[in-house]
Amino acid sequence: MNTEIAVECRDVRKEFGNGGGKVLALRGVDLDVRYGAMTLLVGPSGCGKTTLLSVIAGLLNASAGQVKVLGEEIERLPGGRQIAFRRKNLGFVFQQYNLLPALTAAENAAVPLLAAGVPRLRAVRKAKDLLSTLGVGERASALPKELSGGQQQRVALARALIHEPRLLVCDEPTAALDAETGQAVMGLLAAQAVRPDRAVIVVTHDNRIFSFADTIARMDDGQIVRVESGLRNGNHGGVDSARESERREML
Amino acid sequence: MNFVALKMLTGDRAKYLGLVFTIAFCTFLLENQSSIFAGILNRTGSQIADVTDADIWVMDAKTEYFEQTKALKDTDLTRVRGVEGVEWAVKLFKGNPVARTLNGKFDVAICLGLDDSTLAGAPRNMLLGSWERLREPDSIVIDKAGYVLLFPGEPLELDRTVELNDHKATIVGISDASPPFASYPVMHTRYSEAVNFVGRERTQLSFILVRPKPAVDPLTLSARIENQTGLRARTSDQFRWDCVVYYLRNTGIPVNFGITITIALIVGIVVAGQTFYIFTIENLKQFGALKAIGVTNLRITAMIMLQALTVGAMGFSIGSGLCAGFFAITLNNLATRHLVLMWQTVIGTGLAILLVVTLASLISIRRVLVLEPAAVFRG
Repeated sequence: MNTEIAVECRDVRKEFGNGGGKVLALRGVDLDVRYGAMTLLVGPSGCGKTTLLSVIAGLLNASAGQVKVLGEEIERLPGGRQIAFRRKNLGFVFQQYNLLPALTAAENAAVPLLAAGVPRLRAVRKAKDLLSTLGVGERASALPKELSGGQQQRVALARALIHEPRLLVCDEPTAALDAETGQAVMGLLAAQAVRPDRAVIVVTHDNRIFSFADTIARMDDGQIVRVESGLRNGNHGGVDSARESERREML
Repeated sequence: MNFVALKMLTGDRAKYLGLVFTIAFCTFLLENQSSIFAGILNRTGSQIADVTDADIWVMDAKTEYFEQTKALKDTDLTRVRGVEGVEWAVKLFKGNPVARTLNGKFDVAICLGLDDSTLAGAPRNMLLGSWERLREPDSIVIDKAGYVLLFPGEPLELDRTVELNDHKATIVGISDASPPFASYPVMHTRYSEAVNFVGRERTQLSFILVRPKPAVDPLTLSARIENQTGLRARTSDQFRWDCVVYYLRNTGIPVNFGITITIALIVGIVVAGQTFYIFTIENLKQFGALKAIGVTNLRITAMIMLQALTVGAMGFSIGSGLCAGFFAITLNNLATRHLVLMWQTVIGTGLAILLVVTLASLISIRRVLVLEPAAVFRG
């Protein structure tokens, strides 16, 4: 596993609202996310996982503290450069897939390349190759409504990976899937997404997928309360059941 | 991303077709009503336009439009002829006798009496016969629509007789005169005949038609005639506009058409805007995902504008095609003859449709622009 830090959060705070209605979503978060590892952000609903993920992805600005993503203080980048940084370096997997219903699977997967100005035919060709790698190549011409949940999430994964981002952020990627499909999607994520030059952050409260994590950061009430690292030592091929049981017990 | 925008648009076929139909309907109404409106107003000056021999019309100082005539004195003709720059000036009579056929069919007619010696102002588009036969006694030239009104279902035929205020007149020609505002028969005859057919007032000189000398500007000459005679002198174009303005100011026509045009615009903006807004709202999550992925607000605005313009262009084309078809079908109908799809209304409607789709998309654009990309994580 690469020990370099891809994401560095120091005393990150995030407030919503003001006056009496003020809500403190993040209360001084310190977190390091390393390249070549899959980091799971876990915790109960409303503990600030998604807010932290949004801050790391540059979709929300922190109220205080420092967030360095791939060596850049993303919040300090001017609007246009921040968007360009996100477009180039970040990949997203959403809970509800958020595929464009009018586009085929291949066209959906090609969207980040199209947004970057890659010609359509080239982008779609690359998307088809990637879909094949992810096991849905034969469904490349299908519309999202013609795909199962697992297939849609694989297409979403292809969309997140097609431009070879250095940071992949996944928000509850298995929440809308049954256990078996969720495991399969996480297996693909671990096998295809985790690379020495890429960091993967997964927000989840699905404890069935903890076994895929290299690092688990547990959040509660807007803070990181515990971080456990080196769980899989970069081995993304299988699951150590003894350690998994131990980790479940711990969590 | 244009490809993505267009696929998003056409992917929801029901809304897409609904939007195109709305714009097409709006286009059809706007072009149809504004063309008919302009065509009808144009008719108010038809008899002025048909006189191609003269450039200037001289009339009583208080005359506002063609139908409103007050007889001039014969000496006025002499005075006008005396104005420097006038090549020639001739009399024109306009009256409204009742025309009656032998089988009892009758209608009020527009009777134009032309200068006996020159026949200046005679209709040049003849369908049957010759305007030169007007020199024959009791002769008239009648327009085709008038003939059909007085002799319904009968073939066009010369030398038939009509009575004009109990004076017998013979049809020596059938013209293709421009349709008048009211659908009366248009009859041309010599001045001396016309005053006999109508003849009630002591003087019957309605207008004086003037031709300027070569190189004399009609506008300048009109001003000079007005200064020297105290009469009103207008160029043909000015006089036609006077008629249009008179009807605009003094009739309910613009209000009537204005209401229809306004309704078409409102329906277009509201229905297209609402459908487009719903379309955008239903795609809001997808737009949020695109923003998160790194698509800029400018790009998303361009995508929505492209969708709106595509719908606008398709609807406008279909609506314009339908409208052109409508006028092609009605072109040869007597009541609607000469009403055509005017290029000015096509351009005006195009701009109005551009306004409609721009307004319709603005609300949607605003909704997407204020959308936080982080919202995409909230499900």
